Amino acid sequence: MSYEVVCGIETHIELNTDTKIFCNCTTAFGGDPNTHCCPVCTGQPGSLPVLNKKVVEYAVRAGLAVNCKVNTISHMDRKNYVYPDLPKAYQISQYDEPLCENGYIILDSGKRIGITRIHIEEDAGKLIHEDGYTYIDYNRGGVPLIEIVSEPDISSPEEAKEYAEKLQLIMRYVGISDCKMQEGSMRCDVNVSLRKFGSNEFGTRTETKNINSLNFIQKAMYAEIERQTDILDAGGTITQDTMRYDDVTDTISPMREKENSDDYRYFPDPDIIRFEVPQAKIDEIKASLPELPFDKLKRYIDGLELPEMTAKHMYRYRKVCEFFEEALKLGAGVKNASNLITGTIYATLDTEEDKENFEIKVSPSQFAELVKLLDEKKINFKMAQTTLQEMLVSGNPASNYIKAEDMEGVSDDEITKFCQEAIDANPKAVEDIKSGKDKAINVMFGYIMKQTKGKADVKKAEAIIRDLISKM
Amino acid sequence: MREIISELSKKLHSGEVSSVELTSEYIKAVEEANPKYNAIVHTTFEAALEHAEAADEMLKEGNADTLCGIPMVMKDNICTDGLLTTCCSNVLKGFKPYYDATVWEKLKEKGAVLLGKANMDEFAMGSTSESSCYGAPFNPRNTGHVTGGSSGGAAAAVTANMAAYALGSDTGGSVRQPAAYCGIVGLKPTYGSVSRYGLIAYGSSLDQIGPLTYSVKDAAIVFDAIKGFDRRDQTSKAFDYGNILDYLDRDIKGVKIGIAEEFFDGIDPDMKTQIFDAVKLFEKNGAEIVDIKLPALKSALPVYYIIACAEASSNLGRYDGIRYGHRTGSYDSIDDMIYKTRSEGFGAEVKRRIMLGTYVLSSGYYDAYYKKACVIREEIRREFDETYEKCDILIAPIAPTTAPVLNFKGLSSVEMYLSDICTVPINIAGIPSISVPCGIDKKGLPIGMQIMGKRFDDAKVLNMAYFYEQNSKDWAGNFEGGVRI
Repeated sequence: MSYEVVCGIETHIELNTDTKIFCNCTTAFGGDPNTHCCPVCTGQPGSLPVLNKKVVEYAVRAGLAVNCKVNTISHMDRKNYVYPDLPKAYQISQYDEPLCENGYIILDSGKRIGITRIHIEEDAGKLIHEDGYTYIDYNRGGVPLIEIVSEPDISSPEEAKEYAEKLQLIMRYVGISDCKMQEGSMRCDVNVSLRKFGSNEFGTRTETKNINSLNFIQKAMYAEIERQTDILDAGGTITQDTMRYDDVTDTISPMREKENSDDYRYFPDPDIIRFEVPQAKIDEIKASLPELPFDKLKRYIDGLELPEMTAKHMYRYRKVCEFFEEALKLGAGVKNASNLITGTIYATLDTEEDKENFEIKVSPSQFAELVKLLDEKKINFKMAQTTLQEMLVSGNPASNYIKAEDMEGVSDDEITKFCQEAIDANPKAVEDIKSGKDKAINVMFGYIMKQTKGKADVKKAEAIIRDLISKM
Repeated sequence: MREIISELSKKLHSGEVSSVELTSEYIKAVEEANPKYNAIVHTTFEAALEHAEAADEMLKEGNADTLCGIPMVMKDNICTDGLLTTCCSNVLKGFKPYYDATVWEKLKEKGAVLLGKANMDEFAMGSTSESSCYGAPFNPRNTGHVTGGSSGGAAAAVTANMAAYALGSDTGGSVRQPAAYCGIVGLKPTYGSVSRYGLIAYGSSLDQIGPLTYSVKDAAIVFDAIKGFDRRDQTSKAFDYGNILDYLDRDIKGVKIGIAEEFFDGIDPDMKTQIFDAVKLFEKNGAEIVDIKLPALKSALPVYYIIACAEASSNLGRYDGIRYGHRTGSYDSIDDMIYKTRSEGFGAEVKRRIMLGTYVLSSGYYDAYYKKACVIREEIRREFDETYEKCDILIAPIAPTTAPVLNFKGLSSVEMYLSDICTVPINIAGIPSISVPCGIDKKGLPIGMQIMGKRFDDAKVLNMAYFYEQNSKDWAGNFEGGVRI
């Protein structure tokens, strides 16, 4: 029997504010255990939380980026539960009045995935299990999070992955988080249920928690759909479990059974008074939002007339786009600049993360200077590439590698001279060309380039060679 | 009238006595009297002498604060860096915080000398201080009677001249009621006027730190020193009180005193008489009496117990044996460890309130109890606001009776809760209130009068209390024993 997949995703994103949500401790990742801590973030008796304004601003930014309505009046709630990584025995979160509501993301297919709500909360500490003991590191405790809850609008693992990917992209763009799934600054809980086609009722859902890669979202969902299908086909019923996905074995299994629905005893946190986000502030944040990724992609293709492939290779990485656009502003031409970025520069950036971080030694102005030489045909593409490679290693400007006389190009007489020399030195190649083996011409190019140190115009050289041969 | 702080301050500033000498006297007094009253549970004599030495330096330099060099005690729920702070609970036995409460930070800066931490009801839950894990303190006026609670140790220490003043905390009357039972002054300031940072929470939306002193002027001096906005406490407010001490001598002519019958329901008749005598004194001096209706008061007690217990159940979740304080000796699993730690660590009253609070916040009961309580809380606040359009201050008793006898098992929990009936509405409304001695009952026990004002009208409340104190009999009287300088 075939089923319809109903999926909603809860995404936790760590905000990259400098300080924690309720105190002045640093949010820096890592550090020796319990060194980024104070009485507040470790929940010491008597300590009190003070809400970080930046956190509210960042959450509003996130909300506006995914088309949410921002509530001007909001408050924090206590979510009471006992777990050693939660020092106060409650998490300060938002329950019935989240900061942002009713947003959406549009998938490539045009399908709209609703966003129910975005609320702010604090992260918990980390448990480290070693030699039969459990140690607790509260460095992460109190790091600000937003939780983005989607509507159950997602109908396939592919859609789930695309949704998460788009969310990640948008959040990186608006600068509120680096969304590094492998470092846990973005984590997804995927809720999946199946129902027969045509049915309006939801099936029982399971929740696969803390997925830390985009690919695992897809894989975990496939595994869970398969598991639920098998159970339903055999006439069984799904129990409301929390699942764990093992990426090594690509299997999914129940983590613990939810015996009762958890009673978190939410109530408004009396230590934090209700807060207001004035409409003027919301408008101000809205005006400060950068161009969002999909608008940028469209502009690159339609406005800058970049080939779709090139545009897609660039728009995903905020820093790449910033670099590119800065170079354009400084006078670099679109075509050469984008080709050099996605060709030569990307060749030195192996992973997605490298491109994301985009830490290169060349400044936009140095890059623009080089591209302009190319645009003005003072150097050819080959030379631009070689020069850029040198620049990327050393961080020196283009002028260090291109001498003034190099830029003067090669005169027609000189080229003709070198072409004649090439023909004279390669009688076999000449024969080959005459008999239709066109590739043989490359032998001559090699010679000419060597003599002109790469400065010769290949097209011109080709025309001259063919002319000379035809006259033989 | 013994204005202990002013008297001692004069002597310290004139050089008649040094803070080290004074502190040594107080240490002697504590050593002598404490076995009798069990008022102080952790002495900090070593630190006190260090504080005294520092104070003497400040005094020598001149420009020292009134409180400089004066020994005091703090309730055991106010955090002191490196010094025991246990909330008189087994679960926090041995706990030394690694930071100072804002109030203590402020006092330390002014050269205060801390003699020790005062006995209290466990986690400030109770009206007699009998729920302390160190045993109850005894009322210096009559050791067969309770000191009141929860700041009972603080009240006893001040009453018996073991400390010049004390800081307590008042969630539902815990400063005012023991002050009344012991015949001294207790001030619960406006919610938000004194930072709660470092006060180990019981009911966060109700808790307020306040001074216990021998006289009203002393209370004003201490309040003046600890009040003020604190960026570490989001519920604290920046309010400009001006010079509070200048306010004490103001004329009371034309002040409208509200009397709400609801406060006097079921009150001991002798007590009622004494309080009305006090009201007559005000009237004779130009105050006007206004009859007030406060019908919402009848809901105050259940609202208080629902909100305070709900908040307490959440605030006390962190005592699980993992990070600090008591941990059970043997256990099979982490759940078992937490279960046993809490079973052993908390006393009966605390457990009762945690369970009550957990219950009223549970899904299915939240709307019926907690949410409804919040709605009524707003009604009570509104009623007080409306009342203060008709009058400037309210006068009422502190408790239905004077201090009950110790170990009186006849009282059920509910009956004990009923004794808070006059004090809890003030915490619900967040308004300031002071307890001033206004008589002695037939058993020779002190009677307290409560004077309440509108939010941030603390100075007016002190003004009225001061007027009464200056123009009536010295009800507090001189206590035999303790430091007599």
